[in-house]
Amino acid sequence: MQSAISLSLSSPSPIARSGVANTSNACWPMPRSLRFCGLRREAFDSAASFDASSLRFVRLNLQPKHSSLSKVSAVLKGNGAPSSSGFDYDLVIIGAGVGGHGAALHAVEQGLKTAIIEGDVVGGTCVNRGCVPSKALLAVSGRMRELQNEHHMKSFGLQVAAAGYDRQGVADHANNLASKIRSNLTNSLKALGVDILTGVGTILGPQKLKYGKGDSGEKIITAKDIIIATGSVPLVPKGIEVDGKTVITSDHALKLEFVPDWIAIVGSGYIGLEFSDVYTALGSEVTFIEALDQLMPGFDPEIGKLAQRVLINPRKIDSYTGVFASKITPAKDGKPVQIELVDAKTKEPKDTLEVDAALIATGRAPFTKGLGLENINVQTQRGFVPVDERMRVIDANGKLVPHLYCIGDANGKMMLAHAASAQGISVVEQVTGKDHVLNHLSIPAACFTHPEISMVGLTEPQAREKAQKEGFEVSVAKTSFKANTKALAENEGEGMAKLIYRPDNGEILGVHIFGLHAADLIHEASNAIAMGTRIQDIKFAVHAHPTLSEVLDELFKSAKVKTKTSLSPEPKSLLILQWLKLAHLVQLLSQSRSRRREVL
Amino acid sequence: MASLSFSSSVSSSTPFLRPSAFFLKPRSISRLPLVRAKIREIFMPALSSTMTEGKIVSWVKSEGDVLSKGEPVVVVESDKADMDVETFYDGILAAIVVNDGETAPVGAPIGLLAETEDEIAEAKAKAAAQSSSAPSATATKVEESAPVATKVEAPAPAVAAAAPATPGKVVATPYAKKLAKQHKVDINKLVGTGPFGRITPEDVEKAAGITPAPKANVIAPVAPAASAATSTASPAKAATSFPEIPGSNVVPFTTMQAAVSKNMVESLSVPTFRVGYPISTDALDALYEKVKPKGVTMTALLAKAAAMALVQHPVVNATCKDGKSFTYNSSINIAVAVAINGGLITPVLQDADKLDLYLLSQKWKELVEKARAKQLQPQEYNSGTFTLSNLGMFGVDRFDAILPPGQGAIMAVGASKPTVVADKDGFFSVKNKMLVNVTADHRIIYGADLAAFLQTFSKIIENPESLTM
Repeated sequence: MQSAISLSLSSPSPIARSGVANTSNACWPMPRSLRFCGLRREAFDSAASFDASSLRFVRLNLQPKHSSLSKVSAVLKGNGAPSSSGFDYDLVIIGAGVGGHGAALHAVEQGLKTAIIEGDVVGGTCVNRGCVPSKALLAVSGRMRELQNEHHMKSFGLQVAAAGYDRQGVADHANNLASKIRSNLTNSLKALGVDILTGVGTILGPQKLKYGKGDSGEKIITAKDIIIATGSVPLVPKGIEVDGKTVITSDHALKLEFVPDWIAIVGSGYIGLEFSDVYTALGSEVTFIEALDQLMPGFDPEIGKLAQRVLINPRKIDSYTGVFASKITPAKDGKPVQIELVDAKTKEPKDTLEVDAALIATGRAPFTKGLGLENINVQTQRGFVPVDERMRVIDANGKLVPHLYCIGDANGKMMLAHAASAQGISVVEQVTGKDHVLNHLSIPAACFTHPEISMVGLTEPQAREKAQKEGFEVSVAKTSFKANTKALAENEGEGMAKLIYRPDNGEILGVHIFGLHAADLIHEASNAIAMGTRIQDIKFAVHAHPTLSEVLDELFKSAKVKTKTSLSPEPKSLLILQWLKLAHLVQLLSQSRSRRREVL
Repeated sequence: MASLSFSSSVSSSTPFLRPSAFFLKPRSISRLPLVRAKIREIFMPALSSTMTEGKIVSWVKSEGDVLSKGEPVVVVESDKADMDVETFYDGILAAIVVNDGETAPVGAPIGLLAETEDEIAEAKAKAAAQSSSAPSATATKVEESAPVATKVEAPAPAVAAAAPATPGKVVATPYAKKLAKQHKVDINKLVGTGPFGRITPEDVEKAAGITPAPKANVIAPVAPAASAATSTASPAKAATSFPEIPGSNVVPFTTMQAAVSKNMVESLSVPTFRVGYPISTDALDALYEKVKPKGVTMTALLAKAAAMALVQHPVVNATCKDGKSFTYNSSINIAVAVAINGGLITPVLQDADKLDLYLLSQKWKELVEKARAKQLQPQEYNSGTFTLSNLGMFGVDRFDAILPPGQGAIMAVGASKPTVVADKDGFFSVKNKMLVNVTADHRIIYGADLAAFLQTFSKIIENPESLTM
């Protein structure tokens, strides 16, 4: 959820992601995409420079060792005294969002004396203003959709009187969920003995920082290692006046203080899509304003097209693409919200919209002001803290700053809550002496519309570009939810799963799912990528019948890999493989024949 | 002419994935010699071996678009998946025969492809001949819908930017635009009635001649008995299907009225029958005159009499709760129906058989006051075991009461009237007579039970001295 919320910024166009950054025609989403793709490329590069499979093996072997060690040490030490003398803490984390929380938990488990500094509320964007409350709203919208869909209900043989909702009740649900998760998070930190220090954290120098609120009692502490995890805030492009009532960001929208008849959503990424799902379910009409030439940039084009056919075309939604909202004026003096549109390329005025409300979902900007980065000679790049692939902060001279790390939205690598948490765990691994590089390509992302969209790894254009550069073949396999028993039982046959892979060695490059519970289904694929499992092996994994997971089962089985399985049972049934073997034999024969001829 | 073939373009790189998706079907070879017409038909392709018909999900191209070989033209939904279908020929999409959302059998023409612009008209004529469904609309649609389809943002950008909220600028909501396109309404000719003069979906529907259908009236009618027994919401549903009479206004039920409605519908599940009985009231009237100064009301008298009769006929005071057993109530609680402003309530005289007439009258007075002030406690209106309803004060001579759920019987009391009666010796006399009519649940109370109860009741009324004891 933060995930959902934060990514829209970071995944603007497939073009941008694939690294051809200079073709930018969009002003504000671009900075994000620049960073995004740059780092992504780094991820590819590092993988490319080594033998990918050997790297993976190293990681696999390491894993079990850590976990057993860590458990023992956790029992022995808890969050007791700092292990290295001279410091107040082994690890101080600035920011108690999902990233900081994940890092803190893992740090305590590793026996580090840990503190976490929070200037606002524990939980950060994800829990308080992002993924968590938005899921509450989406849960409501899903049910509304079902109840309103007479045709759907009828096909079940159900009769339902007209569905209605109580806005305050819906808003309360979101708020209650956020406070519940927040208290869970706080309790888990307290239970482990993590010191929660209240106030704004500022870095004073190497391994030294202060925290506190304003002038009243600022305290200086030292720490062996410091993690910056300050997250992000909604990005509001210039020219847009946010009044929190009729022109709003996701922060306000999640409070659901009113449901407008007609709302314009600026940006059709994750945040925009999820809110369009909520608003249309609650009876609003929606107008999308997208700077790029097509809606839903950042998704695999084929998935995007299908999603558009299901999530946008049949709903009360229209859209303007290739335009910027250059000026948005909130409703006042009896006038509606006014939105001035300019052409994204020519900057010519194009149109003016009059709507009841506007939601700014153009993405998120890093929240790194006041961190004291100047004290250690670090220059942010458009607000983001520059880091290497191990999340180590890079200073203005391009050198690593020792003992300082930055995770999550603040570094802009991948603006997802769970990515931040994974980065935090990776950092803790490193500071406890175990080298660790997080494979960002194994981190899944999801958009919780109805039905959901999820993805992991590369999109098809990205994979093809990579393949061209590195000289391998790419294949695509697809399955439809229409053939899945469970999906049909739920009357939710709309959807597809798409696998992008290397037919030569069976490596999974990317998986994209659009359909019922796609967000829950993606993990089989993301785990396979993380573990380096190949298609020829995973296709023998058994799935319970009838379940939605069989969509992925069928997907893996429909892939045509030219290598033999590395598992013991011989796939006798695979005619293709046998055929390939035969073909290979024939080839060998003919080769040897021709050689003989040469000899003769 | 040789027909057009289509292939699926699911993934151009992996054509071997779905070999069946290739649709290479030469058709109507007999027409080949005709060189003149270069109009080709676009057929519904067979996207899988089991596919017999396909649904057009959407046309990627619109009529009049220039197509080049290999471009996706239309998205077809088969029994397994949605697929893009692309053309093998260059040309102009002259006419769409099968529209978005419609279904066609495999091999049926779904569109026409013209080679040059000159042939578009011919193709359209052909399309008109082929498509039985609104062919002229399809043809004219090209000009009509084009401006709508390409979004209303078209009108003079300079003007729009210079003066926002320009009078004359067309503002239509997203759904209104969608409807306009669907019903081929020219949105620029509409006058908006929505806020800030915007065109609403209702405006478009009106222009298209569609009465905005009240939602949820498509619910299939259910057998009334069954629905009444189980669902309390059904009367509301049924009501929505009544023809609307202009000028009527709808006032929603108050909570009390809703409760009454619910109870009345529930009562339909109980098999009831009715037994009437004429009772002479001369003696009762005389007693009433005597005790009236002491604050005794007719209601109290009747309630007391009923309670005393019920003591002797406990089955009439019983309840049938589950359709399988008698539930004999230990106390006799007489509920008395009272009309109060905008509703009806039944305050309960608990243990009416045990209290004396004066206490009962006093109690009744309190209850009525409480009822008017809406301060009755639940047990003061829902604990009745037998109900009394008296409309005699209005001059009603007889009526028929509906048995409230959870009780065995209800007594409807009419007015007492001077009546000429003949006695067994043939002498006429004038006596005050009232008709009481009891409705009872026949699952537990049979005709003879009720008759015996009424006989007892009439004896008590005709010899009312016992009431005061």
